[in-house]
Amino acid sequence: MSLEMYSEVILDHFKNPRNFGNLDNASAHAKDLNPACGDVVEMFLRIEGSKITEVKFDGQGCAISQASASLLTERVREMEIERAAKIPNEEAAEMIGVQLSPMRLKCALLPFKVLKLAVLNYLGKNHGT
Amino acid sequence: MIDPNVIKKDFPIFQVKIHDKPVIYLDNAATVQRPASVINSIKEFYETSNANVARTVHTLGEKATKAYEDARKKVADFIGALPEEIIFTRNATEAINLVANCLSGELKPGDEILTTVMEHHSNIVPWQLATKKVGAAVKYADILPDGTLHKELMWHMMNNRTKLVTFTHVSNVLGTINPVKDIIKAANEFGALTLIDAAQSVPHMPINVKELDCDFLVFSGHKMLGPTGIGVLYGKKEILEQMPPFLAGGEMIREVTLEKTTYNDLPHKFEAGTPNIAGAVALGAAVDYLKGIGMDNVRKHEQELTEYALSRLKEIPQLEIYGPTDVEIRGGVVSFNIKGVHPHDVAQILDSEGIAIRSGHACAMPLMKKLGVESVCRASFYIYNTKDDVDALVKGLLKVKAVMKI
Repeated sequence: MSLEMYSEVILDHFKNPRNFGNLDNASAHAKDLNPACGDVVEMFLRIEGSKITEVKFDGQGCAISQASASLLTERVREMEIERAAKIPNEEAAEMIGVQLSPMRLKCALLPFKVLKLAVLNYLGKNHGT
Repeated sequence: MIDPNVIKKDFPIFQVKIHDKPVIYLDNAATVQRPASVINSIKEFYETSNANVARTVHTLGEKATKAYEDARKKVADFIGALPEEIIFTRNATEAINLVANCLSGELKPGDEILTTVMEHHSNIVPWQLATKKVGAAVKYADILPDGTLHKELMWHMMNNRTKLVTFTHVSNVLGTINPVKDIIKAANEFGALTLIDAAQSVPHMPINVKELDCDFLVFSGHKMLGPTGIGVLYGKKEILEQMPPFLAGGEMIREVTLEKTTYNDLPHKFEAGTPNIAGAVALGAAVDYLKGIGMDNVRKHEQELTEYALSRLKEIPQLEIYGPTDVEIRGGVVSFNIKGVHPHDVAQILDSEGIAIRSGHACAMPLMKKLGVESVCRASFYIYNTKDDVDALVKGLLKVKAVMKI
């Protein structure tokens, strides 16, 4: 396993996470952890119409999980929620831009899982009312 | 004194290259590597003695039974117990669950099980389950800032409602060696039973259950050169005799009618079904290997290595090291964190140098919370580790700093 995963981009996003923090009155929210390692990611979304207009994340964990969350927040702004709920894993891996072992891919995918959970929570809630 | 470089030659795994580098295995608190003699004993058993145990008169059946019971004798002798006091289980976890299940029927509302915050999940969750059923409670003795047990507090928490005091001999995170004899003496004053989680001590130091005077003691084979899937429950004979059985089925019975069943003698009463015969035989081979080295020597070697590791790791200022600094009361376990780097990233970068350490919560989430961290890096030693391994770890940690640019 090469150490290319610790690229400039990953380290930059790990040390200076974008959109880090909470969102007051978020339209959607979700949190999950990876029980194997304790990585935690929490996502807050502002949704207007069918689009994500603002996104913040909170979390704690390895460089890969936290950089992935930071990168993701930059990607999903202005994204249609229907599309956000269906980002394929391949696209997620591509977004990270580095080769990962199966074990570390789980770290990278955690923020995507949380994003989808948040959107599904939102859709479920709005569908119900 | 033992020569780890000579010992290393007995372990085929050290021929394996990790990223073209020799493997430096420092995850021994999770599981250790096996010498060729242990690996071969499994092959030999299946090739020369395989049959089911205790049910047959044919020659292979007798050979298998003898091999299985000889292994039990070896394990018993290793910890100063009687053979009938050795129950083979899958691992230490199953041994604790056995006791928790069998004792839960005795618990009444208001009864207490006393343990500590430094336990592995396997010595917490079974007691939470056992007490929940009956309205009893689990109490947790705290630790001091230096990572040792808060003895006064633990004494204070014992009372007449305390039915069992259960604790780890050596912490799998802090390395702390707990004052076993003192705890047992105090527990006895309240008539409480005692259980020692010896998963991190039986493989690393001389243990005699009669000297300790514990009621139960559990450990896993795979942490002491044996295979996975075989563990041990030691219990005092008179207590095991009074306990109800655990799993039910073949082997554990004396007589079965459609109305009722009487149970077999110890230890078979607690070994329902066909046991892990080859696993037990291989554990016997592991005991032979350890006896050949001498447990005093194992302890001395690890103590020296731990002292060396603690002094060398101090050279890296960003390192926070947990647990006692006095190696007299510390096993061969060193947990630490590098400020600004997650343990998973530390482990990943060390792996690129062929170095294996544990990263994560080490199955001790309550202790992590106590330490104020989510996870730790853990290096743990065994008989084949050398000072060169420690030097490689320190060098690897400097690489971690370079890669992570801290």
